[in-house]
Amino acid sequence: MATTPAASPQDHPADAFLSGATSPAGGTSTNPSAGSVTGAGSFRHAAGPYFGSYGGRWMPESLIAALDELEETFEKAKVDPEFLAQIADLNKNYSGRPSLLTEAKRFSAHAGGARIFLKREDLNHTGSHKINNVLGQALLAKRMGKTRVIAETGAGQHGVASATAAALLGLECVVYMGAEDCRRQALNVARMQLLGATVVPVTNGSQTLKDAINEALRDWVANVDSTHYLLGTAAGAHPFPAMVRFFHEVIGEEARGQILEQTGRLPDAVCACIGGGSNAIGIFHGFLDDASVRLYGFEAGGDGVETGRHAATITLGRPGVLHGARSYLMQDEDGQTVESHSISAGLDYPGVGPEHAYLADIGRVSYEPITDAEAMEAFQLLCRTEGIIPAIESAHALAGAIKVGQRLTADQADPAETIIVVNLSGRGDKDVETAAAWFDLIDAETAAEAVAEAVIRAADTAADAASNSAPNAAEANQWNGK
Amino acid sequence: MSVDPTLNGSSTNGSSTNGSSTNGLSTEGSGTEGSGTASKSAAAIDRAKAQGRAALICYIPAGYPDVQTTIDAGIALARNGADLIEIGIPYSDPVMDGAVIQAATTEAIANGFRVSSIFDIVAGITAATDAAVLVMTYWNPVLRLGVDEFSRRLAAAGGAGLITPDLIPEEASQWLEASQKYGLDRVFLVAPSSTPERLARTVEASRGFVYAVSIMGVTGTRTAVSSTAESLVVNTRAAGAARVCVGLGVSNAEQVREIAGYADGVIVGTALVAALRDGGVPALAELTTDLSSGLRPAGTEAH
Repeated sequence: MATTPAASPQDHPADAFLSGATSPAGGTSTNPSAGSVTGAGSFRHAAGPYFGSYGGRWMPESLIAALDELEETFEKAKVDPEFLAQIADLNKNYSGRPSLLTEAKRFSAHAGGARIFLKREDLNHTGSHKINNVLGQALLAKRMGKTRVIAETGAGQHGVASATAAALLGLECVVYMGAEDCRRQALNVARMQLLGATVVPVTNGSQTLKDAINEALRDWVANVDSTHYLLGTAAGAHPFPAMVRFFHEVIGEEARGQILEQTGRLPDAVCACIGGGSNAIGIFHGFLDDASVRLYGFEAGGDGVETGRHAATITLGRPGVLHGARSYLMQDEDGQTVESHSISAGLDYPGVGPEHAYLADIGRVSYEPITDAEAMEAFQLLCRTEGIIPAIESAHALAGAIKVGQRLTADQADPAETIIVVNLSGRGDKDVETAAAWFDLIDAETAAEAVAEAVIRAADTAADAASNSAPNAAEANQWNGK
Repeated sequence: MSVDPTLNGSSTNGSSTNGSSTNGLSTEGSGTEGSGTASKSAAAIDRAKAQGRAALICYIPAGYPDVQTTIDAGIALARNGADLIEIGIPYSDPVMDGAVIQAATTEAIANGFRVSSIFDIVAGITAATDAAVLVMTYWNPVLRLGVDEFSRRLAAAGGAGLITPDLIPEEASQWLEASQKYGLDRVFLVAPSSTPERLARTVEASRGFVYAVSIMGVTGTRTAVSSTAESLVVNTRAAGAARVCVGLGVSNAEQVREIAGYADGVIVGTALVAALRDGGVPALAELTTDLSSGLRPAGTEAH
């Protein structure tokens, strides 16, 4: 990994770069090759705390010392060969990296005939890109002498990954999950419990991801001496956005090398889904300085952005501060956060990472919404053309790739000249019930409820047992509004 | 317990040189805590100090359960012993608040609370009392309205300033500018985890007083006040603060007495919100009277 500090993003000659006149690259790339450019600045390795006017630390003073400690530990670790070797070893021998780059030959016919390559983060241990970040942060937690990690989760992917890393490294783990999401993703609740984590259902607010983050922050304020907050996306207060990106940069580095190896050139476009934006920033990072590569982020359009029921933060949001960072935000006229809606629990978040806000403003990345219906169509298409069940989150990137492929090949004699890389950020096992209900395959309401009830009964029993003895359980109840 | 409307408030025998009826004449040198004689918060704390006691600072959320009740409650706080009143803006993501305040603010929003009504509330209370009225707010509602516009309207309503639980001085350049322009107090928080460097920076940026959080945690009643609070007050004063008030977890007169022994002011929130929830304004007034009984050092109770 590159260790040369990059110029701050404010210094970037972005306009010149975007007009194609010069390149912004700064020679920090360890993998210079075709399409790579050299120049005064680079979009890569932006260190924060600010990305343009976004990012920063909009946080209670109580947590600033912990953020400082984390930043200092991270800055040392990322240039420490021993730490980097630990990460590399875990990535290879635990997560199963490098993940494959698979050409989706039958799927490509639906994308105007463009060649589509899937970056297979779904093949990682625990089934998504999330493992990259949790292993890195859990190692940092150990370095800081913390014995406990807490995490928020929406769909449960980050919670499962956090519980996994905690089990592997011998850390106590508490996961906050919206009560609504606990019901939607009952099997992931059970998975986390099997891995030894305590799952705390969050019953306030909209009972989804943003409220789980609020609860995790409240826990962190109270327990910061012993506890690291293992934030799951490239959002939040500095150093989280830059740090989470750092642990996911491996996606883009691998993908860039693999596409060069398989096709002999850089792709025309890279597509990823955006909730908080960690998988996207991970893969984009590998291509940020390649001026010829168009980057696309696909947000959750829910029922359609015109309906108001969506999670298309960059498309329709306005700058504001939430969970520690200034970024685009879905908010009303009073600055109250607006509840987001998406069929995908992992994209159901009204904020977005600050680096994405910056990349949107300067035009380096294009962000577009994909509706639930478009995502589910792409979901089914990938199942049937490639034998791969994607996460519904990732299906948003696939649906976007179909559109991009059709656009880019529209006036081309040979559409196969167009190459698109799609980040398949996770596998769809967790989404089978949702998909089955969407396609009327089963009466999934009934099935999901049966699973949810069983899990909640088990959790209640465990909580009852715990509340008789453990002070933590009483505390957990208190967090839930008495 | 009876509620005496003259116990404190509009009839205050203010010996201070600058009562809050004198609206902000703007400030002295930039960023100096408590420097300006125009600081309404500092004046209120100094009035209490002149009476040989610490100040009582009482929090209630705006619009809980409605705007008129908040005005009535604010007036009742002032008339029953509160020297400063802190009106909280209900916010969708209150990460520094525990269950009781969350429930109240969630209800306020559900009841249709709009941020612009905060100025009506502040004006309603300042018109009827001499208490300094601060607004406690998470930062995004201020950003959304515009920092300058928010500050202008708050000053016009007679407000003393803002308490900002999720804003640190490093991110506060717009607020430093606007508060200076409109003569408003900047109440930043310090915590037991704050380093000496951060204490110095925060004290430097503050105006009126510095809010010391007694414990590492969120709002809510605690059975005991942590011993870290006293050392935090000592350290914050050492960093240059003229006035340090302590909040978080304070719920009864005994705790008020303990903190009043070493701090310039005592901040109570959750217990008052619970009283308002359970018994309305009369219960709120009664608890305020009780809390204020703890303000004088033991053995010097007024008779």
